[in-house]
Amino acid sequence: MSDIGAYQGATQTPHEAGFGDYVELLKPRVMSLVVFTALVGLLVAPVGLHPVEAFAAILFIALGGGASGALNMWWDADIDAVMKRTARRPIPSGRIPAGEALALGLALSGFSVVMLGLATNMAAAGLLAFTIFFYAVVYSIWLKRSTPQNIVIGGAAGAFPPMIGWAAATGSVSLEAVLMFALIFMWTPPHFWALALFMKEDYHAAGVPMLTVTHGRKATRRHILVYTILLAPFALGAALTGIGGPLALAVAVGLNLWFLVGALRIWRRDEAMAVADNYAAEKSFFRFSLLYLFLHFAAFLVEALLKPYGLGGW
Amino acid sequence: MAFPPQHELHKRRFSRNLGLGLTLAAFVALVFALTVVKVTRGEMTPTPMAPAAMAPAEQPAATGDAP
Repeated sequence: MSDIGAYQGATQTPHEAGFGDYVELLKPRVMSLVVFTALVGLLVAPVGLHPVEAFAAILFIALGGGASGALNMWWDADIDAVMKRTARRPIPSGRIPAGEALALGLALSGFSVVMLGLATNMAAAGLLAFTIFFYAVVYSIWLKRSTPQNIVIGGAAGAFPPMIGWAAATGSVSLEAVLMFALIFMWTPPHFWALALFMKEDYHAAGVPMLTVTHGRKATRRHILVYTILLAPFALGAALTGIGGPLALAVAVGLNLWFLVGALRIWRRDEAMAVADNYAAEKSFFRFSLLYLFLHFAAFLVEALLKPYGLGGW
Repeated sequence: MAFPPQHELHKRRFSRNLGLGLTLAAFVALVFALTVVKVTRGEMTPTPMAPAAMAPAEQPAATGDAP
């Protein structure tokens, strides 16, 4: 529509999307996690990049993450409209047509992969392309609505950014990059299942087969504990490799003990106890899980920054 | 003649156009900076052909002149 003449006199004018609406389509909060973990992956790598190349690499990794977010919003618009947490997203709220979200997602996907390849190397570009495909097709289109293990396998998409950052700097993937991937991959299920415990109505209403819906809340509490136990060796293992050091190991020990205590509390509680205190333990575990991941990667970064002064690393 | 007051729709359209314009300008600046870095480091220089690879092409001409 080129002008407002057609709407003059009407009680309501249709919403024309502003720039911020398109930014919201790229899930900026998820992008901030992608930027941070990719930046750490890039900075802890043994090979340095020129600051301009490093900036470009992080920008295009973030754009790739944003593109997959737009594709996810395009595909999930119907269930987003049902869930309270997502009903105000640009497509269900009518600010952006679904077709525009698809176009933006596809265009940014191609653009970010090609630009990352030109700015750094083909290994990083290939990993970014696979990540976008994994999140948009394997997770959003295939797994999310078909299996309660959606979060477990889909978590891989969020785990790739530090590996892409590492590949952008080195041109390959090594044990350290795999352990950073494993840390996020194993962290994702307990993080999202804790959220599902206190946002149960949302997933139930949308018909998304979350573990809480298909296997019940008791089984979900048990799964949180099991995955928290399985996560610890990867976190400690990463701290013992070349990207770790005494500080990273101390942080990993402390965080994993605290995380385990939180998972045990959740496992011991039943639904009546949770309702009585409005899911206090589950909410606190969820909030701590965010800090858990941030502090792990912050510790790797501090170790890398201290290395030139002979302080960081083993 | 008085101009009609600016409609809210125009403000949103302006914000979108301004955002897109600034994004494109930033992209141009980034590509320029990347090019400078890569050219300075010699990554964009075409690789000279190795002498060994050139030799067979020259040899037949030399032998062809011989009686």
